[in-house]
Amino acid sequence: MKHDLVKPTEAQLKARRNRSIALALALAAFVILVYLGSVAKLGPAILSRPM
Amino acid sequence: MALADTDHMERSAPGLSEATAGDFVTLLKPRVMSLVVFTAFVGLISAPATPNPLIAVIAVLAIAVGAGASGALNMWYDADIDAVMGRTASRPVPAGRVAPGEALAFGLVLSAFAVVTLGLMANWLAAALLAFTIVFYAVVYTMWLKRSTEQNIVIGGAAGALPPVIGWAAATGTVSLDSLLMFLIIFLWTPPHFWALALFKAEEYGRAGVPMMPNVSGARATRRQIFVYTVLTAVSGLLPVATGLAGPAYGVVALLLGAGFVHRAWRVLAMADSDRAMKPAKALFAYSLLYLFALFAALMADAVAARLIPGPWV
Repeated sequence: MKHDLVKPTEAQLKARRNRSIALALALAAFVILVYLGSVAKLGPAILSRPM
Repeated sequence: MALADTDHMERSAPGLSEATAGDFVTLLKPRVMSLVVFTAFVGLISAPATPNPLIAVIAVLAIAVGAGASGALNMWYDADIDAVMGRTASRPVPAGRVAPGEALAFGLVLSAFAVVTLGLMANWLAAALLAFTIVFYAVVYTMWLKRSTEQNIVIGGAAGALPPVIGWAAATGTVSLDSLLMFLIIFLWTPPHFWALALFKAEEYGRAGVPMMPNVSGARATRRQIFVYTVLTAVSGLLPVATGLAGPAYGVVALLLGAGFVHRAWRVLAMADSDRAMKPAKALFAYSLLYLFALFAALMADAVAARLIPGPWV
């Protein structure tokens, strides 16, 4: 069966690319902040865990 | 002749958004966020505690994102009002660039991330206060008060006044009289700030059906209330000296800024009923922004000085 697929316009493709890049940057920034924040919060004891 | 205009169909293909990242940033109300970031930072730095600088930065960022998320929820709910007001008609939702559901999801997801991040990185009291602020702004103010009472921005102003309390709580894990003083200053500052705007935008608010003070009680009553709240704001601006939160140098700045604020409110009070240009109201609106930024900048300078030069005067 043949489906009628929606073909994105140039403007829609450009906007999607813009959103994707922004989302990737925001997620990367969030991951880095959580990592560095965890290190800062735990401090020097980060690797000392009771066995 | 073609049965359907395929060019038009392609341009408005359903489900495919033309919203840019900039539109989503606009949903966060960046100008309001800047005030939130600043007052939250002042609350944090004025607190009698020295948090890790990175944790402090993350805390302020989380507060900013939480405030932005509540702005997105506000724009989702208020799209019908925004569409009929010139000042807000070009916002992403009423302009059709962002779908209402997208704005709602964006606001909810960011709210959750902001509250959980603040809780994990700072403490859960600060996170609870941030969650309360978001709910208060998005539900109590936006969904209930804004459309039902002329006291909307008086009560709703509590949401905008909480960021320094959250900043303080993020640093200390407590709420104190000093942080509540910062809350009081912003809480009392909110009515003259918004009513000055409402005076010269009364027609637009009326068209949108928002019961702002000038539309409900009239311009004269609004001008009187603006003056009373401005005097109270100027006095509350001096209280940090009385509690020892800030020193006499701050007191002098607060006194001068407060005198300027009251002077402009007096000119609004003396404005003729027939004044359509409303220059004094526009001047008061602009000055109110300067007042709050400058007052909190003075508090911040005082707090920084107290850390660098400890002495009996600070």
